[in-house]
Amino acid sequence: MPHRTFLAFIWPSLLAMILFIAIPIISVAYQSLYIEHEQILVTSENCGPFGCTSSVSVDRAAMARLVEEQPAGRYNGLGTYTNASHLATDEIAAIVASSENFNEIRNRIMNLPFYKALIFTLAYTFIVTPLVIVLGFVIAVVVNSIPQMLKGPVIFFSLLPMLVTPLVGSLVLFWMIDSRGIIGAGLQALFGDPTLSLKASPMLTWVTLFVYGVWHSAPFAFVVFYAGLQTVPTDTLESAMVDGASRWERIRFVVMPYLLPLASFIALMQLMDNFRIFEPIIGFSAAASATSLSYLIYSDLRAGNSPLFGSAAATSMLTIIGVIILLLPVLHRNWREFSRKV
Amino acid sequence: MSTITRSGIAVCALLSMTGLAAAECGIESGSVRILSNDFAALHAVADAAQTCASDTVEVTKNQTEEHKNIQVPALSIDPATYTVAVIATNSIVPLLNDDLIRPLDDLVAEHGQQLTEQQLIRVGDNIMAIAFMANAQHLFYREDVLEEHGIAVPTSYEEVFAAAETLREAGAMETPLAASYKPGWDLGAEFVNTYLGTGNDFFAPGSAELAIDNEDGLRTLETMKQMVDYMDADWATYDSNGQKPVWDAGDVALAIQWGSRAGAYIADDSPAPEIADATAFAASPTIAGNSIPAVAMWWDGFTIAKNISDEDAEASFIAMMEGISPEMMQENADAAVWLIDGYEPTPASEGVIADLQGGARSFPMLPYMGLLHTALGDNLTEYLQGNESAEQALADVTAAYTTAAREAGFLN
Repeated sequence: MPHRTFLAFIWPSLLAMILFIAIPIISVAYQSLYIEHEQILVTSENCGPFGCTSSVSVDRAAMARLVEEQPAGRYNGLGTYTNASHLATDEIAAIVASSENFNEIRNRIMNLPFYKALIFTLAYTFIVTPLVIVLGFVIAVVVNSIPQMLKGPVIFFSLLPMLVTPLVGSLVLFWMIDSRGIIGAGLQALFGDPTLSLKASPMLTWVTLFVYGVWHSAPFAFVVFYAGLQTVPTDTLESAMVDGASRWERIRFVVMPYLLPLASFIALMQLMDNFRIFEPIIGFSAAASATSLSYLIYSDLRAGNSPLFGSAAATSMLTIIGVIILLLPVLHRNWREFSRKV
Repeated sequence: MSTITRSGIAVCALLSMTGLAAAECGIESGSVRILSNDFAALHAVADAAQTCASDTVEVTKNQTEEHKNIQVPALSIDPATYTVAVIATNSIVPLLNDDLIRPLDDLVAEHGQQLTEQQLIRVGDNIMAIAFMANAQHLFYREDVLEEHGIAVPTSYEEVFAAAETLREAGAMETPLAASYKPGWDLGAEFVNTYLGTGNDFFAPGSAELAIDNEDGLRTLETMKQMVDYMDADWATYDSNGQKPVWDAGDVALAIQWGSRAGAYIADDSPAPEIADATAFAASPTIAGNSIPAVAMWWDGFTIAKNISDEDAEASFIAMMEGISPEMMQENADAAVWLIDGYEPTPASEGVIADLQGGARSFPMLPYMGLLHTALGDNLTEYLQGNESAEQALADVTAAYTTAAREAGFLN
């Protein structure tokens, strides 16, 4: 394609990407380097229905002048990135210096909010993504082999988990796993343990979130694989049959190599999506046992009474860097395949 | 009579009616735009304010639980999206910090004859808000269950735990306690409540330096841990909404819950009428041998935006005076503990009034209290789950608060 034609096609989306993605990311990066002005406090007598107290409040006139001079706040460099709520470099140095063994170092680092969130985010990403690919493939193969008249309804029902909004889907499951809900009560009866609660222990909460993640995303992998299955060349399949390949051998040696590029596409999408896991944590009220990077951003923006924009911006930038690192191997692989074809 | 005359009369009638309505509130013209939280008492206030609407006076409302998150941006622009922001002890702070609300002294002098001194929220020399209702958490208890097991209504946390132990040993209830311990805002609020009961302060006087890393902080955490021991395994998912079904199911005999929910607990249309009948209220328990209930008192009130015309500000104030009029209170006596002149307590208000009479302290209206609230809400769960020590939990809270307060410019 000539470059002119390519440009003619791409510019609207390029423009939209610059306006709605690139510029906001740059402004977030800029924001992450600043913190609020030092607050000028005054002590005054405050009164209300429950009596008077002498307490401090912000000197509004003085603050207005400061903001006028420097609207973005105080420059803090990478200070927000390295503070205790993010990479916590000083804290880690102190932990390493004062701990006796590796286990203690690990436990104390895992207690830092950023690393606690990071470890759940990574665990979620690396457990859910492969399971989604495998399950999606199995469903696609099964659906592809059922009689034609059943296919429509089966496909519709297989897609339902993806059609349901994540928050609604997780709330529905949240009520079902309640100890009075159908799944929760069923499990209690099954294991004969009336105190069993999927919401109580951190481990079971993690498992619940993983199961929910697979349930929610498998239809996406299924749809992609199912579309791919329709294009598997029948001649190759038939010649494999003539050669005496069993059903499993045909899937293993014909279908799977053929669908491999699709698998890497799904992996790419799922790695990105899963790394940003957020809604289920709210839906399942799981913040006690599982927080993710996105949850940290959310919590900073709703912190107390005034949002911590710098802190949220720093976590956002770290999330973007995380996504890039995660995607590098997959992108690298795609690039190699692309260059080979050219 | 010709059509023209008839419609002429109709128009005249209409005009005189709106004239009457306008005369009732006394607003000539202006726009009143109310932003508030979303619960029954505030619906009553906003509805009463809306009776001031006429051809020349527009009264609109947006009642949403997200009000805290939209109030600052909405009042920052000029003219502000809302003329009235209905706030509480904590949510007035960001409006004060960013200088978004106007002093009300002139308006109070001119139109506030119905107000009592205790309704005026003074910050320094100015009246910045008008309070109209009080709220606080307090003890909800099952009269029938306590009576059956010969337990007196607990007044201290020690007695609460003794009662819970009795019920557990008698096999009546395995997890007789409930409170809103969901991580985040709710859990933070429980720590604030309990710590206030020790009589200690959260910060070093006159500064943003945190001062909870002491015996009272540890005592507070121990008490919360004991609460959890008598609560259902799902305690980490309980907020004030989540508690009610558990209460209605009859699984709980003692709960710490918001006073603004009390009405719903004893309502005639409760899903469990026999439990609603047996539900009664008392002050929050005391802690560590102190005499004051371990609970924060809250007020709800309204403020007027700064970035609006004086005309709209006056119209808004007058409409809100109608909104919090004694007549509105008479019609909605059950909906809240009103701070309005002439209020007569109802059964649902017993708990909040008991807190108040017990001398419970106010939720601290400090510019950095919200940051501490968040740090508390995010860092206590692991201790309560038994995965870390109380000292570590307090250290985590201190670290999170200090980092946030530095970023917000309150600490260096």
